Amino acid sequence: MTDPLIIAAATLKSRLFVGTAGYPNQQVLLDCLEASGAQMVTVSIRRISLEGYAESLVDLLGGRYRLLPNTAGCATVRDAVLTAELAREALDTNWLKLELIGDRETLYPDVEQLVQAAEELVRKGFTVLPYCNEDPVTCQKLADVGCAAVMPLGSLIGSGMGIANPAAIELICSRSPVPVVLDAGIGTASDAALAMELGCDAVLANTAIAKSHDPLRMAAAMRAGVEGGRLARLAGRIPRRRFAEPSSPQLGLVGT
Amino acid sequence: MTRMRINGVEEEISATTLTELLVARGVDPAARFLAIAVNGSVVRRAEWPSRELAAGDTVEIVRPLQGG
Repeated sequence: MTDPLIIAAATLKSRLFVGTAGYPNQQVLLDCLEASGAQMVTVSIRRISLEGYAESLVDLLGGRYRLLPNTAGCATVRDAVLTAELAREALDTNWLKLELIGDRETLYPDVEQLVQAAEELVRKGFTVLPYCNEDPVTCQKLADVGCAAVMPLGSLIGSGMGIANPAAIELICSRSPVPVVLDAGIGTASDAALAMELGCDAVLANTAIAKSHDPLRMAAAMRAGVEGGRLARLAGRIPRRRFAEPSSPQLGLVGT
Repeated sequence: MTRMRINGVEEEISATTLTELLVARGVDPAARFLAIAVNGSVVRRAEWPSRELAAGDTVEIVRPLQGG
């Protein structure tokens, strides 16, 4: 069954995006990416060490993945836009995971600046996927200024707390004119499955894989979780009932 | 020597162009995936050899790294 995800003009077979930070070593990272089946892989843009230039992560990733640079840590529109422009120059891609952080402790997005930066970057020709609050109004505003997808948070970045507000995520999915990629908070495979069941088009996981006891297994589990959740979403879950409904036929019951 | 800010650090620099600056720092100007901004604007790779540096310039030299 083919069920590709289409964002902007790109067609993706995998609905799992994977972050590249925090793995025990680069070989584990590469093995995890392979096991996850991901095509879209996030990277950050950082100052080089002026002690000398070592082999880049991107050299290792080769041409095998679609790289999605982020503006992680940026706290102003100016820094986010400059980081985006540097990313475009460094990686020759106009795709961007836009992060505009309003609070260093919770890493919550600064919605006001986020929408402003998104609008400016869309105008400059970027394909913008903003990391945002799990709030339908914010998501709508981001879609309105031309974002190619929205990336609402499940819970705080790196927290592994799963989807704190499933009703909000479901609401966003039901109303969003652009694909919804659940970003942040994923702790284990069932969280990814739930995101997909709620109607998300894709899931981004990083810490949940990188910091698990067995990252390679977790990468495979995330892949299965996303695929299972997506299938369940397409199949359509049964309604919840307050009382039991026997699944075996009543007719012919022994002793009646 | 000219005083400028390179990746957040104030320094006295003898290099006069971006390419010279990279070489002076042991960074191969032909290395892939590098990007540079001067005073908040990206300078395209083709302009690195000719882009002259002036006192008070703020230079950012970046590359992709692990990220989520």
